[in-house]
Amino acid sequence: MSEFLQMGGYAAYVWSAYGITLIVLGANIWAAFRNHAKMLARAQRENRLERSGRQPMVKQIT
Amino acid sequence: MGLVRWFHQLASPPYVYRLAGQLAPWFAVTAGLLLLTGAYGGLVLAPEDYLQGDGFRIIYVHVPSAYLSMLAYMIMATSAAVGFVWRIKMAHGLAVSAAPLGASFTLLALVTGGIWGKPMWGTYWQWADARLMSELLLLFLFAGYMVLRASFDDREKADRVSAILAVVGVINIPIIHYSVEWWSTLHQGPTIAKLDQPSITMDMLTPLLVMILGFTIFFAWLLCKRLQGEILSRESHARWVEQLLEGTTR
Repeated sequence: MSEFLQMGGYAAYVWSAYGITLIVLGANIWAAFRNHAKMLARAQRENRLERSGRQPMVKQIT
Repeated sequence: MGLVRWFHQLASPPYVYRLAGQLAPWFAVTAGLLLLTGAYGGLVLAPEDYLQGDGFRIIYVHVPSAYLSMLAYMIMATSAAVGFVWRIKMAHGLAVSAAPLGASFTLLALVTGGIWGKPMWGTYWQWADARLMSELLLLFLFAGYMVLRASFDDREKADRVSAILAVVGVINIPIIHYSVEWWSTLHQGPTIAKLDQPSITMDMLTPLLVMILGFTIFFAWLLCKRLQGEILSRESHARWVEQLLEGTTR
């Protein structure tokens, strides 16, 4: 096991590369789901405003 | 006839939103399994390299991210072009969704490449290397696409102008690919994508192919999620979104 972790002396390089990859994959998951949730919430807010008869405050956001 | 109808449906926001929502969990599970299998194969099963020892195992995260950075760019540019020519909003939406994912994998390819370069080349970075420069330019193209879009208040204008940038930037893709042959400097030559036999043994190659497929399906998963978000932001006033929200909230 410890031999595996040492990676023939390249441990610092191999594990940092895999660690950063894991971080980038995780950050992508988090960002994509947060984006979807945010857009759902915004659509909900605008729908409520429209139903209450008022104009939505922001017509279109790019 | 069926195919034509399907193409028409692909331009319909509620259809694409539902399709993306149905595909996403399958992509998620498949990507997870492939990435775990590929990482095990690459870190444990593959034999060490005769020259680079265990250091070469960085290949299993570096090559898939570099490959995906180019694939994401081609998807972004192609759908932006389709959106530009046929004025299809969903195509622009797909391009917008691919951009942040592509940018992050470009950055990952550069960082893992630097980490690999240090023990093998003696340096993290080399300004004179054509492969490194063209990949850095790819990062700037993704970033430029997003910054350019953000500078417009009018989304339609943003769609059209950013599509032009995306399409012009396609020139960089063959440059990245052939850079190691045209200007052989620091970066090593191609390993897999060669016309003759790939210069890598099967037990090293298999985990790499599994990782490449895993990265690609991971990308497809998050592309679905991002596209869903993008559709909602474009369609928030549409009747079908209202119905969708009523269905989910009550």
